Amino acid sequence: MSDVILEAKNLKKYFRTPSGMLHAVDDVSFSIVKGRTLGVVGESGCGKSTLGRLVLHLLDLSGGSIFFEGRDITSLSGPEIKEIRQYMQMIFQDPYSSINPRMTVGEIITEPLVIYGRYDSQKERADKVNSLMETVGISQRLINAYPHELDGGRRQRVGIARALALNPKFIVCDEPVSALDVSIRAQILNLMQDLQEEFGLTYIFITHDLSVVKHISDDIVVMYLGKIVEKSPSRELFRSQYHPYTKALLSAIPRAKAGYRKNRIILKGEINSPINPEEKCRFLPRCVHAGECCAKSQPELREVSPGHFVACHYHEIINA
Amino acid sequence: MQDPVLSVRNLTVHYIKDKTSVRAVNGISFDLADGETLGLVGETGAGKTTTALSIMRLIPDPPGRIMGGEIYFKGKNILGFNKYALHRMRGRDISMIFQDPMTSLNPVLKVGDQIAEVIRIHKKLSRKGASLEAIKMLEMVGITSDRFNDYPHQFSGGMKQRVIIAISLACNPKVLIADEPTTALDVTIQAQVLEMMGELKRNFNTSMILISHDLGVIAEVCNRVGIMYAGNIVEIGTLEQIYNNAFHPYTKGLFGSLPDLDVETDRLRPIIGLMPDPARLPPGCAFYPRCPERVNACKARSPEARELAQGHWVRCIHASGTGEKL
Repeated sequence: MSDVILEAKNLKKYFRTPSGMLHAVDDVSFSIVKGRTLGVVGESGCGKSTLGRLVLHLLDLSGGSIFFEGRDITSLSGPEIKEIRQYMQMIFQDPYSSINPRMTVGEIITEPLVIYGRYDSQKERADKVNSLMETVGISQRLINAYPHELDGGRRQRVGIARALALNPKFIVCDEPVSALDVSIRAQILNLMQDLQEEFGLTYIFITHDLSVVKHISDDIVVMYLGKIVEKSPSRELFRSQYHPYTKALLSAIPRAKAGYRKNRIILKGEINSPINPEEKCRFLPRCVHAGECCAKSQPELREVSPGHFVACHYHEIINA
Repeated sequence: MQDPVLSVRNLTVHYIKDKTSVRAVNGISFDLADGETLGLVGETGAGKTTTALSIMRLIPDPPGRIMGGEIYFKGKNILGFNKYALHRMRGRDISMIFQDPMTSLNPVLKVGDQIAEVIRIHKKLSRKGASLEAIKMLEMVGITSDRFNDYPHQFSGGMKQRVIIAISLACNPKVLIADEPTTALDVTIQAQVLEMMGELKRNFNTSMILISHDLGVIAEVCNRVGIMYAGNIVEIGTLEQIYNNAFHPYTKGLFGSLPDLDVETDRLRPIIGLMPDPARLPPGCAFYPRCPERVNACKARSPEARELAQGHWVRCIHASGTGEKL
């Protein structure tokens, strides 16, 4: 495919814990085309946030490689990381803890511009800050306000303005709307879509909320315990799922409809430990379709229809 | 309709701090019928939790103060109870599940003992007898009895919430108030817990108030739904009335803000603006500044609740119903 802005190959991240190696992200590969949105979904502990941080070099890789616009950015020196970060930014989940409470809105948005020495005069910088505030919809009178004076939605707008300050090409959004109320969430989602169109941004959108991910993503990656279990264009995934976990996950979404017909798959038990996982399918203990092969080896991602990949030994039988 | 189990009338609760009063709940009224599940939906600051805490008489005072109104449980006004009567009521007649399962259990007590505690307080049982009851409750929520002596930190979030559900149902209360019981849980675990709550509720014939910001969760569990905004119910009716025939502009706005999984939508239709500051509520209709259907008269006075169809009440100037009540 042409125009791939970011490619991740066999990313691994293990954390050392007292009880062994925790496999947070284990052999994950994907690529994103410029201007599109890749949704990463999964439940707590599936490694989705770790994945986002790996891509931005906020965490060191345990293995694998990352290419940004064709350039290998797997191992970079400090100054090189600083250089690449102007193009790759992040929007965090919690607008209450991701912005400095002792800086004003104006200072927060100006900071990246100062760090990267953009603009020579104060005046130009101030103009840029003003235009950023306008872009994300924060009124000018709040330029000297402190974060505690703002509500969650406005704080998240400040976080977005800060991420946009350096005109990045690529933004990792880690649960950017999870902490927000429904009506505010819709405002922020619309804003993010507008910005994507206006600036041609590419997003990785990490979330546990499946209705949000369907709304905003072009492609979706479903993760379970550090592994990708299914990868597909968004519309296709919501039409047909091949992995038993994806099926259960999608069926578990509570629908805001009266008298919605439920064919819910209730999963047994809970997520198992990611510490020193054995060489078998990680979904095995909760899977109703588990068979002999599942305990013997980890299933690889295989293409079942164009662009739609699934990692399950028995997907043909299950979906027959 | 037979007499409601719980009936809230004109409840008004303010938080008073530094001479400013935050008007959290402003004259809310609703009934809870025997065996039904009423959902209260609203965004942060709508007064959902304050309403629930008032029913349990757990409003921290100061700064909170119940300014007026009545809450009748089986014909008796809870607001007139002394502390002994409240002790007898809490956990036995009405119990509550809180949002955060991580902080509502005592970390230094075994979970089994925490379930047995409420049983011993309300039923005249020996320590042994209470423990046996507690084991039964544990098994009912799907936890094996060999975990009786475990501590909360040894449980996952979903399991902790199950323990809390076991505690709240241990004395077979008439009314269960669940405040965002699954918000902290993952969707597949949420599905497990909701399924289990529905089943237990049917078996025990408990009436329930479910508080949530998630219209999906509400649709799953509730018979009747009240939409809250700025400390009052702006629309209440059966699940079908609210989900299929919403009238209030705020209710419609909430539904427009949700991405629909079955329909392709390019853009969401959010409600403009923000929740009003409850310390400075606008005069007249509290939704006026954000309302797409506002007229000048909305500024003047807050609309009364009117009945559009049987049991479907709306507080909006555009509603011309069959009568006035509440």
